[in-house]
Amino acid sequence: MRPFDYARPADLDAAIDLLARHGSDARVLAGGTDLIIRLRDGTYAPSLVVDVKRIPEMAPRIERVDSVVEVGAGTTMTDIVESALMQRLFPALVEAARFVGSVQIRNRATLVGNQCNASPAADTAPPLLVYGAVLEIFGPAGRREVALDDFFIQSGVTALAEGELVTAIRLPIPSERTGSAFQRRTRRRGHDLASVTLAVALDERGGTRLAYGSLGPRPVLFTDETGDLPLETWLLAARPSSTSMRAGPDYRLAMLRVLATRALDTARDRLAAA
Amino acid sequence: MTEIRLTLNGNPRSVSVAAHHTLLDVLRDDLDLTGTKECCLVGECGSCTVRLDGRIVDSCLVMAVEADGGEVTTVEGLAADGRLSALQESFVTHGAVQCGFCIPGQLMAADDLLRLAPSPSRAEIEEGLAGNLCRCGCYYQIIEAVQAVAEGAVAAAPARVREQAELPQPPVDQ
Repeated sequence: MRPFDYARPADLDAAIDLLARHGSDARVLAGGTDLIIRLRDGTYAPSLVVDVKRIPEMAPRIERVDSVVEVGAGTTMTDIVESALMQRLFPALVEAARFVGSVQIRNRATLVGNQCNASPAADTAPPLLVYGAVLEIFGPAGRREVALDDFFIQSGVTALAEGELVTAIRLPIPSERTGSAFQRRTRRRGHDLASVTLAVALDERGGTRLAYGSLGPRPVLFTDETGDLPLETWLLAARPSSTSMRAGPDYRLAMLRVLATRALDTARDRLAAA
Repeated sequence: MTEIRLTLNGNPRSVSVAAHHTLLDVLRDDLDLTGTKECCLVGECGSCTVRLDGRIVDSCLVMAVEADGGEVTTVEGLAADGRLSALQESFVTHGAVQCGFCIPGQLMAADDLLRLAPSPSRAEIEEGLAGNLCRCGCYYQIIEAVQAVAEGAVAAAPARVREQAELPQPPVDQ
């Protein structure tokens, strides 16, 4: 691994200052399960790595604040899986977090990091999209909020500006009965990147939110409030890579249809039982 | 170089580390704890599994400086007072070890699994050990070894670390 300097700022202002001063020459370290691989293979060669894990505002936490659940930037996949609150309110997210990597990876990988990494195959992106997740961002210009759907630009590229950090994910607590589900297709059962990853959320007024990933440069969200589900249009919008080694485009499109049907069935059952 | 302090297998240690060295590098190269193995270096094989602050991690994906102030347990910390843990003993008696390279990681993952779920189902064992690959294909024996501990079949009497004389001797060439 190429040598770099390491900083462990104790507060948010110091972290933002470091990131703003070093620009693209600095990299943020949270769980490290993607970053350290890329530091080792040379994809990234920063002069400074900023470890944000000891910043109080970014500590692991899953907290109900009024009508929102806040997930701190240090919160790991294991924290999500183990949270009774998340299991009750956001089951599709828990199902997705449970699929990430292995125990060792889930103990380290963070939910926020999974979004900032902006992989089109990120398992937790589709459920967060259907739940209407909003990112809390701090930077040199202060605080702002960005809907996750506006955050993803393309593979590895987000709406984060230089010097900005995502400090938390805010998930609105549904005000009505909902049913949601997650589905995923991989080459093997565990510890693999998804060929198709998909989540659905239905509400009792007939609204549908469906998101899928690994089928284009970024995870995508579709919403319908009419109850007249334009599923075919949504599925036809998929743009699977023709060069990915994980699965060919025809296979991915066929599996997208299967997973969408399964997720809708499960979500309908859960809505009926809610 | 940065001075970090750890509680390592129950003992306080400080060590001077480079910012770009992983916890795995420092355990093996600076602290001489070579039980933790280096293999895939991308967090897929689990050979470098250690416990950090109560949770198992791939030490190839943790920078050493991140462990500053933390509590680290390696495979060397499983045996106590010269006695193998029940789990280690079970791996021996079930023939779960062929080449042995993945075993430190398998032991750390299985130890963690049994702490969290003392009576895991077979599916839970498979899921708990999904981050540990064995190229000899000892999965059945490894799962049986973990099951035996969960059932209390090996837990009763942890054995002493075996003396050389007790180990099977290689055949002597004529």
